[in-house]
Amino acid sequence: MPSTDIDVKYVAHLARLGLTPEEERKFGAQLGQVLGYIEKLREVDVSAVEPTAHAVPMVNVTRPDGIRPSLSNEEALRNAPAQAGGLFIVPKIVE
Amino acid sequence: MLNRLTHSELTARLAKREISAREVMQACLDQVHRVDGRVQAFLSHDAEDALAQAAAADKALAQGATHVQQPLLGVPIALKDILAVKGHPLGCASKVLAGFISPYDATVVEKLKAAGAVLFGRLNMDEFAMGSSTENSAYFTTRNPWDTSRIAGGSSGGSAAAVAADECVAALGTDTGGSIRQPAALCGCVGMKPTYGRVSRYGLVAFASSLDQVGPLTKDVRDAATLLRVISGHDPRDSTSVDAPVPDYAAALAESVKGLRLGLPKEYFIRGIDPEVNAAVQAAVKQLEKLGAEIVDISLPHTEYAVATYYIVATAEASANLARFDGIRYGLRVDGADPIALYTKTRGAGFGAEVKRRIILGTYVLSSGYYDAYYLRAQKVRTLIRQDFLKAFETVDAIVTPTSPTAAFKAGEKTEDPMQMYLSDIFTISCNLAGICGVSLPCGFTTNPKLPIGLQVLGKPFGEATMLRVAHAYEQATQWRKDRPKLD
Repeated sequence: MPSTDIDVKYVAHLARLGLTPEEERKFGAQLGQVLGYIEKLREVDVSAVEPTAHAVPMVNVTRPDGIRPSLSNEEALRNAPAQAGGLFIVPKIVE
Repeated sequence: MLNRLTHSELTARLAKREISAREVMQACLDQVHRVDGRVQAFLSHDAEDALAQAAAADKALAQGATHVQQPLLGVPIALKDILAVKGHPLGCASKVLAGFISPYDATVVEKLKAAGAVLFGRLNMDEFAMGSSTENSAYFTTRNPWDTSRIAGGSSGGSAAAVAADECVAALGTDTGGSIRQPAALCGCVGMKPTYGRVSRYGLVAFASSLDQVGPLTKDVRDAATLLRVISGHDPRDSTSVDAPVPDYAAALAESVKGLRLGLPKEYFIRGIDPEVNAAVQAAVKQLEKLGAEIVDISLPHTEYAVATYYIVATAEASANLARFDGIRYGLRVDGADPIALYTKTRGAGFGAEVKRRIILGTYVLSSGYYDAYYLRAQKVRTLIRQDFLKAFETVDAIVTPTSPTAAFKAGEKTEDPMQMYLSDIFTISCNLAGICGVSLPCGFTTNPKLPIGLQVLGKPFGEATMLRVAHAYEQATQWRKDRPKLD
């Protein structure tokens, strides 16, 4: 059974979220309380219940696989923090 | 004062050329200038651009354009900072999107423009729509026009306050767990959340994709019905939008509720509601009975699990939706030695505390070892919550409840305890989980201080016409909307 303590450091790493030690401590305590509240869901008998991912009964919404107008290269780069030659500049990924 | 008029009052005079769109827009701008220093509904607005749009509307009217073709022609409408308007800032009240200019229009914005609306301003909100008081905005807290020491509700606090303070004729907000209805109740205006899939989410920055909906905040129910018709409809660019006909919601409004059966869910009338809120809602129910509705006691047995379910489902979806803010293609970038460091520092610097809390919670409930116990279980409870409503709607036409357990609280009162804040959504949250529609409208005031109280009407999926009919009938039999906040 899951405990009501979140390993905030580990989860923050999964989410690529930089936290100060103070934030780790504070959020850990606050989220511990929220998880404590959420425990009440264990009271519910869900044995014969299907999960709902989407409230409207729609499935397999598709469109024809065709090219449609989109943003131009320029428009797509307009808010880029760093760009050159029509590309986003990113830190080195592979050695 | 032109900025105080409703859409229907304005369009009648615009059509007769008794007033100009420019005068209306100027009246709104004057009000913004007069009160927004204290209300702080707007993050920004461009007066020149707004007046230019108004001038264009006047030109169109002079050339014979009518409100039959363009129902919103010349009407100033303000937008929550979460909707994309081409060439305008799109920030979600977050530092992570500071300076971002949207390269495209949201579908709802395209529809408003096609209908001739004058779109102005970026309205304040809780960051990424996460909150119930607008205190989570990265910039400042919007104040309640009825008492500026109190909050306006959230996350569409700016939208509700701007409408209540007559800074615009109407506004668009978004509602994921009550974020239109609760601020509407607290500020004393009308706010509605359409059925999930009624309105396109294309161009709405996603918080929780299975719960989010765009909706109108207005001065009366007729205006909400008019705006709803304009923004509704299937959109191939939003695969969750539903291909269902859009009725003329305003034309369907009637003042009679004779023969309608209204359900009162016992789980919504519990200890913990402010006694004046309870009294006002009970009086509203009596009024509806007088108008010919039949009141039926019903039960929505899984109500007590709604907040817990929501804070698993919504945070899980949010953790996925906010992964895109990584400093690479847009928004804030804080450099790092490698990509991971860049993401971590950027997101650490760019997101506020509540957003971080929810991303952590959402990531946790989806993570290996915890997914079944939390996320999958919550999705199953969601099914039960939806079934409660569908079963109730077999015997009643609409459901009536308080919108919020209390009137507006003081700024800072609930910021230390997230759980306290979450519980203020208790009456609005189930509606989003079940995918049904809901509206809040004024039904009275508390006495000391005088603060608005909201009545919530919930309708079945795509049952907006009946829901609005109930709301309109009640509204027209009362005078609550004639009261305006004193902002001198």
